[in-house]
Amino acid sequence: MSRQYSAFALARHALQPDLAWERAWASPDPKPSYDVVIIGGGGHGLATAYYLAKNHGVRNVAVIERNYIGSGNVGRNTTLIRSNYMIGGNTAFFEHSMKLWEGLSHDLNFNCMVSQRGQIVLAVNPVQLDTFARRGNVMRLNGIDAELLDRGEVMKLLPYLDYSKEARWPVYGAIMQPRAGTVRHDAVAWGYARAASNLGVDIIENCEVTGFVMDGTKVTGVETSRGRINCGKAGIAVAGHTSHVAKMAGLRLPVESHILQAFVTEPIKPIVHHVVSWGAELFYLSQSDKGGLVFGGHIDGFNTYTQRGQFPRIQTVAECAVSLMPFVSRLRLLRHWGGIQDMTPDGSPFISRTPLKNLYLNGGWCYQGFKATPASGWTYAHTIANDDEHELNRCFSLDRFEKGRELDEFGIGNWTYKQ
Amino acid sequence: MIIPCPWCGDRDHSEFRYGGDATKDRPKHGTGDLKEWHDYYFLFDNPKGPHTEYWQHVLGCRRWFRLSRNIATNEIGGLA
Repeated sequence: MSRQYSAFALARHALQPDLAWERAWASPDPKPSYDVVIIGGGGHGLATAYYLAKNHGVRNVAVIERNYIGSGNVGRNTTLIRSNYMIGGNTAFFEHSMKLWEGLSHDLNFNCMVSQRGQIVLAVNPVQLDTFARRGNVMRLNGIDAELLDRGEVMKLLPYLDYSKEARWPVYGAIMQPRAGTVRHDAVAWGYARAASNLGVDIIENCEVTGFVMDGTKVTGVETSRGRINCGKAGIAVAGHTSHVAKMAGLRLPVESHILQAFVTEPIKPIVHHVVSWGAELFYLSQSDKGGLVFGGHIDGFNTYTQRGQFPRIQTVAECAVSLMPFVSRLRLLRHWGGIQDMTPDGSPFISRTPLKNLYLNGGWCYQGFKATPASGWTYAHTIANDDEHELNRCFSLDRFEKGRELDEFGIGNWTYKQ
Repeated sequence: MIIPCPWCGDRDHSEFRYGGDATKDRPKHGTGDLKEWHDYYFLFDNPKGPHTEYWQHVLGCRRWFRLSRNIATNEIGGLA
């Protein structure tokens, strides 16, 4: 049980250097049985456990993580948060997430370094700017902040872009969400783990789920590398391994696992003060607090569970960066890495009941897992506690393809590679 | 990743287009069973291991072929 973090605690530790900080979360052995077992100790799994305990009073919960906390996609994303979605369902869900982000550091008593520096999406032709105006109108009607910028306004905010006549993709304008920004992703994992642990949730690391114990269509427990753990309900939140884990329960899902790469350059002085996204190709860039430019693009384009990216994608993304911001050509790429994402046919996620009575599914996050973390945990906890979806995640049901209720946000599921 | 095209030989994967799982059986035309079409179109085994899949040499001879590849390691098992 770790103590409250505060300015006084900092001062106390500064004056008493020998006083060690307590572990942020407990490391218990698994109990034989829990009310709810969450499979996957990533951002979504930990957030779910936290909101189960906080909002629904379900505290006899275990989060089972195959590796260590923060080892998966919660530590591999590009840390962006935004709620500039247009399709009904997504709009309200991601705005709920944004509101939770805004109060998260206080809620968790952990500094998540939420930085609402604004996201600017550049239009590279007049038609695109028209579609941005439409998207902005939809956002504003839903109470979300959106501003349309013309070329002159963009030049003031982002003076370092290529505005020359030779620019391959001229900047016509942009849509901006001032409340969007970045969050320190590791802190999100640690903050949720600590807050959940303080509420009585058992976080069990280095424990791999190897199978489900079934009684007909009911899950009664999970087999793990540390023995059998019985449970009243089980929830899957394992991102790229969603198909793999669901298969243990006999489920076949509308999911393919793909790799998305991310990149960071050597650190430079502050120059990019916003999150900048590009309309010519899927490309987004921000500058970290350490000074490195952090950016990413499309998935590699074929399904894989390896976290090794292929070189052609690195080349494409670097070309995007240089085309948009010519000064980037002078920088060296410091690191690049890959994360495995569960891509769905319509590019939208699942937070849902499953055909099995007490097994729940959170997955299919495609490109948008990190920014959804708080709302995902919040609604998934509701779904598990009440055995029913919340209004905010009803549209993310597993059976939406059967019912013709696809949520086709920009069509950026894996389908784009099959056309 | 190097992919063996049956016509052009070993070429870099960037010359190819991925065509998805090649083990699914497409329902017969005129079959009205929506569940069967749904399962064919939307569901994937997505195994963490050997996988048989379609590729097209789109920037080369444009031939479609079936390839076996281990999704867990990207190891190419050859034409399938």
